[in-house]
Amino acid sequence: MRVGILALQGAFAEHKRSLERLGAGMFEIRQKKDLEQPFDALVLPGGESTVIGQLMRKLDLLEPIKTLIKNGMPVLGTCAGLILLAKNVEGGEECIGAMDISVRRNAYGRQIDSFSQSAVIEKISPEPIPLVFIRAPWIESVGKDVEVLLRLDGHIVAAKQDNMLVTSFHPELTEDLRVHKYFLDGIDTSRSSGL
Amino acid sequence: MSTQFELNKNLAQMLKGGVIMDVTTPEQAQIAEKAGACAVMALERIPADIRAAGGVSRMSDPKMIKGIQDAVSIPVMAKCRIGHFAEARILQAIKIDYIDESEVLSPADDKYHINKRDFKVPFVCGAKDLGEALRRINEGAAMIRTKGEPGTGDVVQAVRHMRMMMSEIRRIENMAEDELYEAAKKLQVPYDLVEYVHDNGRLPVVNFAAGGVATPADAALMMHLGAEGVFVGSGIFKSGNPEKRAAAIVQAVTNYNDDALLAELSEDLGEAMVGINENEIALLMAERGK
Repeated sequence: MRVGILALQGAFAEHKRSLERLGAGMFEIRQKKDLEQPFDALVLPGGESTVIGQLMRKLDLLEPIKTLIKNGMPVLGTCAGLILLAKNVEGGEECIGAMDISVRRNAYGRQIDSFSQSAVIEKISPEPIPLVFIRAPWIESVGKDVEVLLRLDGHIVAAKQDNMLVTSFHPELTEDLRVHKYFLDGIDTSRSSGL
Repeated sequence: MSTQFELNKNLAQMLKGGVIMDVTTPEQAQIAEKAGACAVMALERIPADIRAAGGVSRMSDPKMIKGIQDAVSIPVMAKCRIGHFAEARILQAIKIDYIDESEVLSPADDKYHINKRDFKVPFVCGAKDLGEALRRINEGAAMIRTKGEPGTGDVVQAVRHMRMMMSEIRRIENMAEDELYEAAKKLQVPYDLVEYVHDNGRLPVVNFAAGGVATPADAALMMHLGAEGVFVGSGIFKSGNPEKRAAAIVQAVTNYNDDALLAELSEDLGEAMVGINENEIALLMAERGK
């Protein structure tokens, strides 16, 4: 299985490490030509969503990635990646706009308000999973096709819609691989595609 | 180490592959954000002007910093003087995202750095070799940057510091385990940090380049030498076309391996910051705080 990770800015190396430990073949996407090879899934990492969004536009990556996702490419978006996928970003610009969710950026406050805790995500595992929130967004509301995977204190922090899985926390920053495994388990490798 | 330190180390991971820009006004902060900065450093005077003005240089006015916090959604950093934990506490009170305990300002304590483990907010600190870097990390720094020589537009010192750090890391990586105790003694740092470097071939925290970066090529050079991102201080807003230069440096950091793209990015940037050479400056800021 080949998984491409958007490596423009942020914590892409950590996703790469987690997915490699699960046996996925990883490659970095920094330019349009990197999308030409066939691959099975895409990861949009955490980082600064404004930076990643602008670099996607400048490097002509936005439209091709939109198309890949629309055509069913499985995608995992964490934190900034969640914001990039959202149809509606409060007080900000829509980027890929593929997922029917409305997102509030920096919803938990500034850096000092970052935190970690554990919670059970029933769809993924009966045991609690460690969750790291860093200047994290939350999902304010979801459309009818979106399945909520986890609510924390009333706020949606993990969700799924068709080929898209998003979390406002950072599974890649822990040693726990269950979220990544859940993502990989849902991938149909007979549908490999590239540009 | 505490969970707070773990969390703070993780916070800094989000900045990787990014460019952090010095700004003095909300307008500059917005230009930096639009150009793709992953964070801004709010300060009253950029290092080149601090250098020109002389005198004692202190933490910026919190009101000025708050104005910049309100203007952008990306993280905002601010500097306090080396050892000045009261300034650091003030910055924490206004919910700054990172504190830079910086040699660019006049040191407040010529012996002790801030005990950064006491703070909830993550710290970034300058270092010019591995010993300095690990001592700062031991004090609780969540991110390291080379000191370089701020406000000069001359990259030579950042290069020297990054090369020094990386070669010391490689040396430790190749040591036999029983040699690590002596290395820890020589570096004046705890054994467990040396052991981490030996096992992982890197610092336990994110490592950025800073000081004298003025062009996309400078930024790419630092990334090749092992930086995980770049601070650009005076280089942007002391140049002819800040918007364009800032955006070009951001792209240069992401695609530092693509020479053709770097060539394109280096075109038509207007006047670069004039800069001063190492042997023309009276004050070596990098010598502050070891």
